[in-house]
Amino acid sequence: MIQLIELTVNGERHDLVVEPRRTLVDVLRHDLGLTGTHVGCEHGVCGACTVLVDGAPVRACLVFAVQCEKTDIRTVESLADADGTLSDLQQSFADHHGLQCGFCTPGMLMLAEGFLAEEPDATKEEIRDVVAANLCRCTGYQTIVEAVDACARRRRAARQEVLGRSAS
Amino acid sequence: MTREPHLHRDGTWVGASVPRREDPRLLTGRGRFVDDIRLPGMLHAAFVRSTEAHARIASVDLSAVREVPGVVAAFSAADLGLHDIVALLDRPLHEFVPTAMPVLAKDKVRFVGEPIAIVVARDPYAAEDGREAAVVEYEPLPPITSDSAALAEGAALVHEEAPRNTLVDVSLFATEGIDEVFAAAHTVVEVRARTGRQNALPLETRGAVAEWDDRDEQLRVHTCTQVPHQVRTVLAASAGLDEKEVRVIVPDMGGGFGLKCVVGREEIATAAAALRLRKPVKWIEDRSEALTASFLAREQRYTVRAAFDADGRIQALDADVVCDMGAYSCYPFTAGIEPLMASAEMPGVYKVPAYRVRGRAVTTNKAPTAPYRGVSRPQYVMVMERVMEKAARALGIDPVELRRRNVITEFPYRGVNDVTYDPGSYKESLDLCEQVLRDEGWFDRRGSDPAIGIGFACFSERTGYGSGAFAQRKMAVVPGFDVSEIRMDLDGTVSVTTGTLSHGQSHETTMAQIVADRLGIPYDKVKIVQGDTDRVLYGWGSFASRSITIGGSAAAASAEKLGERLRVIAAHLMDVDVESTELDGAGGVRAGDRRLSFTEIAEVAYLRSHLLPKDVEPGLSATASFDVGGDGTFSNATHAAVVRLDPGTGGVEILRYVCVEDCGVAINPKVVEGQARGGIAQGIAGALFEEVRYDDAGQPLAASFMEYKVPTAAEIPDVRIEHLETPCAFTANGAKGAGEGGTIGAPAAVLNAVNDALRHTGVELDDTPIPREAIFRALERAAEPALEAR
Repeated sequence: MIQLIELTVNGERHDLVVEPRRTLVDVLRHDLGLTGTHVGCEHGVCGACTVLVDGAPVRACLVFAVQCEKTDIRTVESLADADGTLSDLQQSFADHHGLQCGFCTPGMLMLAEGFLAEEPDATKEEIRDVVAANLCRCTGYQTIVEAVDACARRRRAARQEVLGRSAS
Repeated sequence: MTREPHLHRDGTWVGASVPRREDPRLLTGRGRFVDDIRLPGMLHAAFVRSTEAHARIASVDLSAVREVPGVVAAFSAADLGLHDIVALLDRPLHEFVPTAMPVLAKDKVRFVGEPIAIVVARDPYAAEDGREAAVVEYEPLPPITSDSAALAEGAALVHEEAPRNTLVDVSLFATEGIDEVFAAAHTVVEVRARTGRQNALPLETRGAVAEWDDRDEQLRVHTCTQVPHQVRTVLAASAGLDEKEVRVIVPDMGGGFGLKCVVGREEIATAAAALRLRKPVKWIEDRSEALTASFLAREQRYTVRAAFDADGRIQALDADVVCDMGAYSCYPFTAGIEPLMASAEMPGVYKVPAYRVRGRAVTTNKAPTAPYRGVSRPQYVMVMERVMEKAARALGIDPVELRRRNVITEFPYRGVNDVTYDPGSYKESLDLCEQVLRDEGWFDRRGSDPAIGIGFACFSERTGYGSGAFAQRKMAVVPGFDVSEIRMDLDGTVSVTTGTLSHGQSHETTMAQIVADRLGIPYDKVKIVQGDTDRVLYGWGSFASRSITIGGSAAAASAEKLGERLRVIAAHLMDVDVESTELDGAGGVRAGDRRLSFTEIAEVAYLRSHLLPKDVEPGLSATASFDVGGDGTFSNATHAAVVRLDPGTGGVEILRYVCVEDCGVAINPKVVEGQARGGIAQGIAGALFEEVRYDDAGQPLAASFMEYKVPTAAEIPDVRIEHLETPCAFTANGAKGAGEGGTIGAPAAVLNAVNDALRHTGVELDDTPIPREAIFRALERAAEPALEAR
């Protein structure tokens, strides 16, 4: 059995013919060539496949592509500028050595991106709780938490500055 | 925002935490891991695996498999006719029994998950459909699921050629008079400990993409391995190809930790299927296979006695180590990897005057083992540190003070284990670690809260094993050296090959730092070439913390050779003596006030070669090798964990973790700290959480992350790291290995801390993972009298 679906990924529309049993992560990686999203366990524990669906972090191994029509899907490929300039979150991971082998990194980035959008004022302990949703085997997590926290602080400072300017 | 990398205060790249070259591609999703490779017409493989732990194979029927829609082919062992994988030690039969690991099981299966047939289909879903249709008939044999069952009289044999299921049995050292020392000793302590079977668990599972290339007349295999040349050798021998007909290419790798430093069967079978079908074939291991059917490690049993004098000085150590190596001996290390490491190195940082050890590897019906980060050292260090704690308690001496009396303080030190230790900071690390805890107030908190415990681990770790050290282990295949080939191109930029293989350790950055300093060019002008058997000279890959010590030294030597060549050409062109020239540290060669830039020299070497000195060949390249002739170089550290036990659950909360480490000169301190933190997380995982268990029928009980608890950011604490620096005398830059130490110290520190927190209970725990229920019971029993008293 096959099905024709329409997916919007990183703002781009795709028409696809897929089996209903095909997971979102397989469609992203193997049908659309967006291999930045990784597969670590295929049972929703490790979080390496985390992408944003309508802004919320989702395990792309636990949903079927056919379930994601009419949603806005965002992957790690959407974070940097077109010229390759890293986003503030990506740069923060580099600055804090928040990655070693880099396999869990796209999932960690999308998890943090989704979380900070929702909770821009998150404390470091709240960030740690969220990072605990995904597995990393290289870093011991400390530098990932620090990277996300530093990014959140910088965003808050920037926001304060804008607010300060508009108030004066 | 541009970020200018900062040089070290000495004006060198080495020593500076420069940004990683690997980061931009990995952060933007533009890395290329093996499962990211997609070749035209590529097919997908899945494996039919044994459902029995121990059985004769009566029949394998794949006819229904071949009828499944999408399936292209299915092969059993008989269909592919591959040669077995055999790993050897250069030891007599009573010490080592050679066994073969077939690529696909032939007449017998030896563990649940063992590959029996490979199914190739148009997509991975169809390949999995196909394997479900395989019919395998088994004649079950008694499963051997523990070391004690393996060694029992009359036990069924996993390998018929190995009596008592023993693959390795060595008795070493046996200092004369050791029994008399024990008989006369003031105090003798004993430790009996068992450590659980673990999975190294790189987040990226194993995998391979293989294709036959008619133009190159080569079987090209992209696979995530730490040892590409060893895979080439085994694949060529197994498939009956010339080595020149096999090219192994390693893409980005999502970790390895040792699990990927042995040759697996599935990548060989995948390549053989691609060869047979003349079509690209991809195999990607799933997590369930990775947990049950890849390579495991660390299941060991120790029975250790240690004699002490009244002042707490150790007088003798007597150890018996049994390692459950599972169903097969791994290539190239063999089943000897764990018992030989433990036997050779157990005395560790302590001045042990008399030593005797028996080390055994037994074979059981469980997934086979491979080296895992630290190899036996997390286990024997844990046991030695328990010895120290028990002696301290028995003698009423402070445990840190007792260690202080026993650690090696004068170097070089020739150990009772026939190993020479190069200088380290054993006592200094112990002192500093204790001081940090004192300054942070943890001893005071321990004094006021009986649920808090503090545990130490003091250890060293031999790194940079050269061919001499591996030959001493009597490996038939002796790893050790590394070779680098360096080339400067017309624009003065440099490419340097390394036989080591970075898979998260940042060598693209750190090796570039090493080479950049040697030539006086920016580190981003140096490209590291690795992981391709057609582009890199024969090398040994990355394991045993050898990459920076040996690979980095080879790269440095090649750069120095290239530097000499640049000076010879420049001297000729400037018409001065070579001795009067020097590299100017800014991409040129100077002689007095005259200077030629590397690009000017390269222009002559390539485009105006008629101007070169007569005895100098055109082009700008050099090759150099490095090996360690002696006993390697020892990194060292002291770790301390502060824990609080939860009487309600038996849970262990790590309140503080301090690591004082000495890996000689750190090439990139940020990278070293990353290695330490990540290693400590894996050590904590072994101490508290992770174990692959089997039931009595040999069925693995951990087939997903629901049964195999990998700690998260909620369980792993922040780690304070302090650096000491005792440079190595014979490696480039004085670096020592830094990849494994974190993992080695953590189990001992955590276990000692838990025991310290149990000090009021009379209970001591020596096994890992520490059973939470045992903590709960101990605390419950200790609380009972108090309750009654109310």
